[in-house]
Amino acid sequence: MSQTRKKLLVDPLVDNNPIALQVLGICSALAVTSSLKVSLVMALAVIAVTAFSSLFISILRNHIPNSIRIIVQMTIIASLVIVVDQILKAYAYEISKTLSVFVGLIITNCIVMGRAEAFAMNNSPVDSFFDGVGNGLGYGLLLMCVGFFRELFGAGSLFGVVILQPLSEGGWYIPNGLLLLPPSAFFIIGFLIWGLRSWKKSQVESPEYKIQTVEDH
Amino acid sequence: MENLISLAVKAIFVENLALSFFLGMCTFIAVSKKITTAIGLGISVMIVQAITVPANNLILTYLLKPGALGWAGFSEVDLTFLGLISYIGVIAALVQILEMVLDKYFPPLYNALGIFLPLITVNCAILGGSLFMVERDYNFSESLTYGISSGFGWALAITAMAGVREKLKYSDIPEGLQGLGITFITAGLMSMAFMSFSGVKL
Repeated sequence: MSQTRKKLLVDPLVDNNPIALQVLGICSALAVTSSLKVSLVMALAVIAVTAFSSLFISILRNHIPNSIRIIVQMTIIASLVIVVDQILKAYAYEISKTLSVFVGLIITNCIVMGRAEAFAMNNSPVDSFFDGVGNGLGYGLLLMCVGFFRELFGAGSLFGVVILQPLSEGGWYIPNGLLLLPPSAFFIIGFLIWGLRSWKKSQVESPEYKIQTVEDH
Repeated sequence: MENLISLAVKAIFVENLALSFFLGMCTFIAVSKKITTAIGLGISVMIVQAITVPANNLILTYLLKPGALGWAGFSEVDLTFLGLISYIGVIAALVQILEMVLDKYFPPLYNALGIFLPLITVNCAILGGSLFMVERDYNFSESLTYGISSGFGWALAITAMAGVREKLKYSDIPEGLQGLGITFITAGLMSMAFMSFSGVKL
């Protein structure tokens, strides 16, 4: 694999993470992460849709008239999402019930549109495919991190396997119910971004307003 | 009538699209820096939501549902798998039409909403509203109520968020948490506050 393609794959994982830095696709990242299994399925679905929509849009990029490109992209993405949705309904019915509307909402997931618009419209099909996979993986990585914390501390298990025996089943761990509720996802992502930015200083945003310190006087 | 009111209250507070389903988060985080722009976007989302949810309800009842094509002589046909693509098509088309109508007849409103209108096509709250309508099997009047009130709930949430962020600017925040990080945590606290509505029995 050439150097640039490797960069396309690895870059979105930490250095240019779609959720933590580009603020794309947060909608679903929060709602589906209360258990790891569901997060994994959602991540796979998004990787598949991003990769193939980038590939197809890039193949067609020289034939799409500029004025109607959004609608063309939307149609391609929506068709791919329908395929994913039907596959999930056929082979993983339980999970597709839990995900409910969020599979359909991959259509409006900004990562998919964002990559189509920013990368696939100007680059070769194979590069776009790798870019799509890379960004899907970056999204999946964050999703799995959030899912890991929420399921481990909220229910005491990982992938449904009990790790911390809850008190109600004769163990010692008192599950933290807050972690299964929506607000915890916001906190976990907030803290993950904090951690990530303390590690990679270049991602820190400059403050809009600086409080004057004593030394400034 | 009574159940429509309780549906509306539920959609605005208990099941707020932004704070308990995280829909439209991308725009919620990106466009909530100033109260005035937040209100503009909130109103446009409300208008679009109020039109698209009932419109998609009509499409579902008369075109897609199993047996819905009975009036055309195809009572065996089930087109529900085409749902996603038709809803997003309807949304994109309606936003486009709304933009043209506003531009022609209400220029001040058009200028005020500006770039937000086209952005709304890719706002998950809009598609999400239609998908919830399908999943919960609303009829026409219910979907009209749901469209208006869920849009209003979203507008309320983004306006409140913008208010908090305008003040937040002047606070001393740790370096790494600056910007996006603290915004998420604020949204989390707001979502916790909205959770207290879930105790309301209707």
